[in-house]
Amino acid sequence: MKLVLERREMLSPMLRFSAPVASIGVALFVAGFFLLASGVNPLLAYREIIVEALGSGYGLSETLVKATPLIFAGLGVSLAFRMQIWNIGAEGQIYMGAMGATWVALFSGIHNHWLMLLAMFVAAFLCGGLWAGVAGILRAYWQVNEVIVTLLMNYIAILGVDYLVYGPWKDPNGFNFPLTAQFSDAARLTEYFNTRMHSGFFLALFCALVLYVFMERTVWGYEIKVIGNNQNAAQYAGMNTRTAIFAVLFLSGAIAGIAGFSEVAGLQHRLQHGISPGYGYTAIIIAWLAKRSAIGVVIVAFLMGVILVGGDSLQIMWQLPVAFVYAFQGLILFFLLAADFFIIYRLKLIRGSSHV
Amino acid sequence: MFEILLDATVKAGTPILFATLGAIINERAGIINLGIEGLMLVGALAGFAGTYLSGSLLVGVVLAFCATFIAGSIHALITVQLRGNQIVSGLALTMFGVGITALFGKGMVGKTIVGFERVAIPGLSKIPIIGKAFFNQDLLVYFSFLLVFLIWFFFYRTRWGLAMRSVGQNPAAADTCGFSVSKYRFLAVTVGSGFVGIGGAYLSLASTPMWIENMTAGRGWIAVALVIFASWSSPRAMFGAYLFGGITAMQLRFQAMGTNVSAHVLQMLPYIFTIIVLVISTVRLQKGGNQQPEGLGLPYDREDRK
Amino acid sequence: MTDILQINNIRKTFPGVVALDDVSFTVGRGEIHTLLGENGAGKSTLMNVLTGLYHPDCGNITIAGEAVHFTSPRDSIRCGIGMVHQHFMLVPAHSVFENILLALEKVPNFFNRKVYKEKINQIIAEFDLDLDLDTPVWKLSIGAQQWIELIKLLLRDCQLLILDEPTAVLTPQETERLFSVLNRLKGQGKSIIFISHKMREVMEISDSVTILKKGRSVTTLERGNFDEAKLAALMIGNDKIPEWEKSGQVEDVDVLDIQSLSVQNDRGLADLDDFNLQLKKGEILGIAGVAGNGQKALAEVLTGLKKATHGKIMAGGEDITNSDAKDSYIAGISHVPEDRKAIGIAPDMSVADNLIMKNFKGNAFTNWIFQNKAAIHQNGAAKVKQFDIKAGPAGTPVRYLSGGNIQKVIIARELSEQPNVLVALYPTRGLDIGSAEYVHQVIVDGTKRGMSTILIAEDLDELLKLSDRIAVMFRGKLIGYVDPTNTTRETIGLMMSGVTPEVVA
Repeated sequence: MKLVLERREMLSPMLRFSAPVASIGVALFVAGFFLLASGVNPLLAYREIIVEALGSGYGLSETLVKATPLIFAGLGVSLAFRMQIWNIGAEGQIYMGAMGATWVALFSGIHNHWLMLLAMFVAAFLCGGLWAGVAGILRAYWQVNEVIVTLLMNYIAILGVDYLVYGPWKDPNGFNFPLTAQFSDAARLTEYFNTRMHSGFFLALFCALVLYVFMERTVWGYEIKVIGNNQNAAQYAGMNTRTAIFAVLFLSGAIAGIAGFSEVAGLQHRLQHGISPGYGYTAIIIAWLAKRSAIGVVIVAFLMGVILVGGDSLQIMWQLPVAFVYAFQGLILFFLLAADFFIIYRLKLIRGSSHV
Repeated sequence: MFEILLDATVKAGTPILFATLGAIINERAGIINLGIEGLMLVGALAGFAGTYLSGSLLVGVVLAFCATFIAGSIHALITVQLRGNQIVSGLALTMFGVGITALFGKGMVGKTIVGFERVAIPGLSKIPIIGKAFFNQDLLVYFSFLLVFLIWFFFYRTRWGLAMRSVGQNPAAADTCGFSVSKYRFLAVTVGSGFVGIGGAYLSLASTPMWIENMTAGRGWIAVALVIFASWSSPRAMFGAYLFGGITAMQLRFQAMGTNVSAHVLQMLPYIFTIIVLVISTVRLQKGGNQQPEGLGLPYDREDRK
Repeated sequence: MTDILQINNIRKTFPGVVALDDVSFTVGRGEIHTLLGENGAGKSTLMNVLTGLYHPDCGNITIAGEAVHFTSPRDSIRCGIGMVHQHFMLVPAHSVFENILLALEKVPNFFNRKVYKEKINQIIAEFDLDLDLDTPVWKLSIGAQQWIELIKLLLRDCQLLILDEPTAVLTPQETERLFSVLNRLKGQGKSIIFISHKMREVMEISDSVTILKKGRSVTTLERGNFDEAKLAALMIGNDKIPEWEKSGQVEDVDVLDIQSLSVQNDRGLADLDDFNLQLKKGEILGIAGVAGNGQKALAEVLTGLKKATHGKIMAGGEDITNSDAKDSYIAGISHVPEDRKAIGIAPDMSVADNLIMKNFKGNAFTNWIFQNKAAIHQNGAAKVKQFDIKAGPAGTPVRYLSGGNIQKVIIARELSEQPNVLVALYPTRGLDIGSAEYVHQVIVDGTKRGMSTILIAEDLDELLKLSDRIAVMFRGKLIGYVDPTNTTRETIGLMMSGVTPEVVA
């Protein structure tokens, strides 16, 4: 007897929906063993995560605070995914967006609140977009692997921001900490309910809506879908795939850049070392988990927000390193990929091999 | 001065060399592995912990190989057996590696070991200028020289190597000749990952004999880029790794000399350099016959009707 | 002596398709056994089962009297079966030597290059071939690549050789050479399964013929019991082939004038080399030639997928070589079996979405920057009805359609813009008779409203039946024109091998 694989004729919607849920479940289960190995009771830890992230109004607001940059970055990465382009550089694009917004906030001299916010937004949009656009041009015109370029540019962006906050932009009154001066009130987003939650969250939801309409209703969305589905067919139909590749990577980076704007204007009110603790990487998982949907990005980003808030409290309670969250995210992806396999194929028994 | 710089070049290039060689083995068989960064960390931690607990550097290196072999088999299982997306699986492997080493490495932070020491090769190390840099190094450096040759020999002078290259180029052709595509791919990913792990161990056992969270700092990604620069050939990987090592060595040298340029800006150099090299080598590949394995990144499904 | 191969009641299904449905036949020793069937009759699938690439759902295979169950090509190789696949199983980047070595059994891991090179060179000399072992395979002609495939089997000492449409890529003269080699192998007691749908070749070489139709083995006939008419009747069955009236409306006006056009491929070699062609209004111009002699490049340069390095494409006195005007003037159906899904459609999108792919920015389907979904759906429904596309419920991804229906989607899209010129590249390859006839009908109907067609096909019968004129291509050049009503297959065959005819009709 031997097991062979067979492609399923039609993909079952039931499986499609349950697979991501199941893979998160299995990942939690396996991560439990790693927690056990480092001396933490996983049940207590998971309870702690739920209570901290969802158990109180404040916890929920913190979850939304974390979800905000994740929604932006996740939308950016998933836009590129639609065209089979891999933007692994959302992290760097967040930093660049934050840098652009900070530059406007500190040095533009604008006093009007709305004008200031608009200028910061545009600066972040452009900085993030151009940063990713470099990879876009390289990919569109010379077929340079965008995965490697966007990724290496993360390191450059982070070092660039470090250069600024350790050097020229350092707050003279900051006790030598690597951060800039605080923004004026004109450069701050509205905060709500006495929590850290700010209007960036609603901007993120709006952004998801715009992107949904863009992809599902406009001619550009159609073009992106065709190119993403079959680049040869798109060229054959007369679409300019080069322009599209650049435009999509630019937009993808620009949206991630808005996350940088939202972080400095809504939350930190200054630029500082480590402004994003890896939101750009988490965004890749969000985009992959959400498959093709902007709405999916919002939902998964919220889930990841829960994990991040919970992860912070694990760090405080059990001194677990924050990076543990990465291990968990890696596990989710592994199990999701494995689940995909069983969505597409089914196992079948056949008679075994025998020959002369 | 030049000798010191060359010496630092080899030291800085060796971990990247191991990682690039490992990645080349992966890609030769048709599997993209973006988990190199995570694998290097696993190797670094396993190597350090093995040495710390046993007191033997050899145990550390062997453990680094084994740990990354196992970590690599996750990627192999997903991409070869389950035909999953190679890019996502590799990214997941990197994330997993970063996270898991942070978790388990907590207890190793601040511990010290005696790292690899220099062993001069009699005669060769007396060659002027290059002798000291290349032949007064530690054993792992010599092992990397050997590995460059062995990998070349394997791919171009043995039947297994021919089969593995064919699997990466045209899996259907290898399959119809009776070679098991999945077996060759699985082996390439796991063994290749093992060598990546030794590259990680070089960081924690020779470069700086200690464990620091996330101590690879992007070297794994640079290795991924160097594979293209090396056009999938092991001797050229050596050249690429040392070129990169040279930039790093110079940057460190500048810092030590105390220039006015910010350390942060200097630290950007290797990444900028890698991107430039990547662009140049990609363009060059397209002009002269492309040497990228044609089956790279594509899962093989025997019954898939195209 | 037992028969070398016996196949009983083999069945193989793919998702949504029954590729083989109860196939049985027997091959004797020292016999050339032809499998005859139309495209899509299941010949290639059957051979993939026989070489262990596919698992049959049921049925059994007996080799030299013993039942076998192949789970991989390795099992099949061990039983002495070797196959030259229609799509060669070669590694283009590797040298001839490496490709052949890969196929050899019992080569030690640390092998002696010299010994094996000598061994291979012996065979090359024996069959009087011109092959350099160190050349990378991609530099060789398709014909030479096929010899490599054959050498692989000979060195492996196969007892049963399977050749899947080997003559599709050969000139008639090369075909003769192949046949003499096959007859020699037959003399050595080897058995050969020869797959073809070209009746004349089948008549020439076969000892016995098994006819496959729609996945079933219809019957097996021994030499002496069959002739062309009988085989054709069995192969096609009761499907009637209506005779076409040629359009007869050709006006003596050049709609396209291609002047010394050159196109290079990715490897810098010339696909088209100083190529000239004139297309008249309302004409169906057939292009004959062995596959790989620049037909694809011609279609691609005309439809804007490739850029010309030299030369001009003139339309009504206007140079449209690299102009955007070309897009609205020429429509192309680029269609090769392996390319249908690869370049013709976006497989995961719906039929309606695929139908607007060339005109998605047009006013009919947009409101400002937004898509007019209602119009798109309406257009989809209308085209599905008009072209009789079996597309399943609305919104079904095109990938789930059959080959014939995918081709109809592509044709519906290409013709929806009322083009002046249609470039059809192998438009009926891989289609069943019904769909193929439909495609012919659409092309002939087009000429009635003044459309000119460049019809690139490999089946001479198809070309002879439809074309007003036939142009023959060889190595990227135009060899000459022939009049289909006043020519012989031999003339075309000679021209396909590069011989310039003294008398061009």
